[in-house]
Amino acid sequence: MPKLTVDGIEVEVEAGATVLQACEEAGKEIPRFCYHERLSIAGNCRMCLVEMERAPKPVASCAMPAADGMVIKTDSDLVKKARNGVMEFLLINHPLDCPICDQGGECDLQDQAMAYGFDSSRYAEKKRAVKDKELGPIVKTIMTRCIHCTRCVRFSEEVAGVGTMGAVYRGEDTEVGPYIEASINSELSGNLVDLCPVGALTSKPYAFTARPWELKKTDSVDVMDAVGSNIRIDARTGEVLRVLPRTNEDINEEWISDKTRYAIDGLKRQRLDRPYVRKDGKLQPASWDEAFAAIKAKVSGLDGKKIAALAGDTVDCESMTALKDLMGKLGSANLDCRQDGSKIGGPRASYIFNSTIAGIDEADACLIVGANVRAEAPIINSRLRKRWRSTAGDFKVGIIGEKWDPTYKNDYLGAGPDTLQEILDGKNDFAKVLKAAEKPMIIVGMGALNREDGDAVLAATRAIADKYGMVAGEWNGFNVLHTAASRVGGLDLGFVPGEGGLATNDILDGAAKGDIEVVYLLGADEVDMSKLEKAFVIYQGAMGDAGAQAADVILPGAAYTEKNGTYVNTEGRAQQGWRAIFPVGDAREDWAIVRALSGALDLTLPYNNIDAVRERMVELSPTFASLNVPTKAEWTDFGKAGDMKSDGFTSPVRNFYMTDPISRASVTMAKCTEAFVKDAAAEKVA
Amino acid sequence: MSFIDRTARSFLLAELVSGMALTLKYMFKPKVTINYPYEKGPLSPRFRGEHALRRYPNGEERCIACKLCEAICPAQAITIEVEPRDDGSRRTTRYDIDMTKCIYCGFCEEACPVDAIVEGPNFEFATENREELFYDKDKLLANGERWEAELAARLEADAPYR
Repeated sequence: MPKLTVDGIEVEVEAGATVLQACEEAGKEIPRFCYHERLSIAGNCRMCLVEMERAPKPVASCAMPAADGMVIKTDSDLVKKARNGVMEFLLINHPLDCPICDQGGECDLQDQAMAYGFDSSRYAEKKRAVKDKELGPIVKTIMTRCIHCTRCVRFSEEVAGVGTMGAVYRGEDTEVGPYIEASINSELSGNLVDLCPVGALTSKPYAFTARPWELKKTDSVDVMDAVGSNIRIDARTGEVLRVLPRTNEDINEEWISDKTRYAIDGLKRQRLDRPYVRKDGKLQPASWDEAFAAIKAKVSGLDGKKIAALAGDTVDCESMTALKDLMGKLGSANLDCRQDGSKIGGPRASYIFNSTIAGIDEADACLIVGANVRAEAPIINSRLRKRWRSTAGDFKVGIIGEKWDPTYKNDYLGAGPDTLQEILDGKNDFAKVLKAAEKPMIIVGMGALNREDGDAVLAATRAIADKYGMVAGEWNGFNVLHTAASRVGGLDLGFVPGEGGLATNDILDGAAKGDIEVVYLLGADEVDMSKLEKAFVIYQGAMGDAGAQAADVILPGAAYTEKNGTYVNTEGRAQQGWRAIFPVGDAREDWAIVRALSGALDLTLPYNNIDAVRERMVELSPTFASLNVPTKAEWTDFGKAGDMKSDGFTSPVRNFYMTDPISRASVTMAKCTEAFVKDAAAEKVA
Repeated sequence: MSFIDRTARSFLLAELVSGMALTLKYMFKPKVTINYPYEKGPLSPRFRGEHALRRYPNGEERCIACKLCEAICPAQAITIEVEPRDDGSRRTTRYDIDMTKCIYCGFCEEACPVDAIVEGPNFEFATENREELFYDKDKLLANGERWEAELAARLEADAPYR
């Protein structure tokens, strides 16, 4: 633990820390461009120069390890002069196009030039110009603005693991870009835009849209996957313009996936902005009263057994709570939040990511069963990659299921349950790795659990967890990776068939046969709508997707950016997001719609505001009593041992860029699909 | 003594005489009033009148949609929306000035890095209704075209002092 003095303040830092970190510890702000906490140290921008006693010249604080007895000065005349010089050099080739630059207002170079720049340039020669690179539909490049900090190069190499970026040529001719003309095929490429300290890499979909000072910033939670990434929604005049990550060390660090960031343009298209009622086989615009009357005419007097409800993948817990209570009042036990019919439920430990995402940083072996983690949860995949890098490759990963490229070294073990059985029997080589590991973990994906034999697969994975000591003491390495943001919340709330109730597939079959007469789809679009033709379908949601087409009554709900909502991520961590803008048209917050409908049906639910709904949620599950912390689940018996079919596991996510109604309506996601998804490109040719 | 003086002055109508003398003096001086709509007073090159959006001599609009004028406007009279133009350049799709909000402070002109938005010499833009005072981009560009010769001359005249 070296002790050093920074501007007369004595600080003690951890061994291996840099002088820059020590300065920050002392509360001194050091300007920097190339240094980034989560990337390796490059030391090439020289902006972080500080004066060190007994050193002949200023030292780059980001690359200098802190040592005992160092005396650092961060605000001496020498430091000021050195930084001024560095800034002047940086500005020699940086164009003065701030007025047309999208980074303007949030640019590191702009800010630091205010502190260390001159009012005029002494450089009369010609500035250089660099050809722009093509990086695909997400990142826009203006490479003349590049100051060669190489953050993007290090990010793509270290975090994204695609290694397409690099710096070529030397000195003034240095150019940063992809070595070969290729877009960055990574689910995390949007983070390059955040990383770039200048305007060289900016966001293509957001190009020229707004200035940072115009935006209203709202903290929220992402619903595009089950990770629950913390996001900040930037909106202006009732329009969501962009999504940025919020730092949360336990979940997404400071990265978010491209879908999280760019699918928001889908919220401007295909929206349900007023109630509709089907009359003479056609959906006709209606008022709320008419829509409720149509539902009342159908539902009143109907046996509860003939009514069913399905919750979709992006709905908030408040609306699920309200609908669950309404179904209870209607006397129906037919409700399900598992659209894909996966065999999860049961004890809490059997459906959450028990080790937590941050727990990956402790694991030393990982078995991935039936999950394409890169497509289903890119943030978790980057965490796995980070673990693999930090252990210098000692973190062994075995994959059962489809073949996919995780961006780190892995052992592909097999396609399906047969391999799982081999591991369980200890016949596979990877069994030795698991046995030797101190903190092994298993990640079970929906691809393994949404099959007919899901129960048996769950039992087998549990047996593996037990056999290889994945659950020992504080450590619980049994992890289920969800693909839907609402799934764990729904399971916690008990949005599952009650006594004698039917599950998703039975509801659909019942509806096809005519046993189920009314189906309430709460944002559920992923089920087979052809089976619902006979039934009276009520669709409540924000997007006009499959569910709305099949509906007899449409109740327009709010998208996740338009309501205060609670979501439980795959770890079982309840988080709240705030409303950034108001819902479009006549749309309302979802729990309030269900509450209003209950009034119209004379089954009034006992809450009048969102706080009362949240109290009810706490009643239903202790998950909601403590926000932002995952609660540990007890390790109990679950799964039903049985025969497993031999066909391989397939991930439910076929195309990372389009998984839900919002991303399907998004233009940017469509462009990404065209650019990055091989099947889609082939389809277009054919 | 002062009593006699005051009384003498008032009986001799001294105030009236001096007042009439002043009137008589001004009768022979040049006139300060002007015949307004037909005659106009001089304007400083810095006079802040009606706004205009200028173009470059080649016809390209100057405004690059940096939004600095919108940001600095103390009355929040300016509204700008931006989109990439077909050739990829940054241009406004909407540039509105609410002339009823504007306080003619000239900050927009000061903030503009490309001399696009200017306050010209025109102060005669009274309208018959409010709506006509909500200027849009077409109106501002049309103003620019109409006044360009004078605007350029004004900027040139003021340039040495900036």
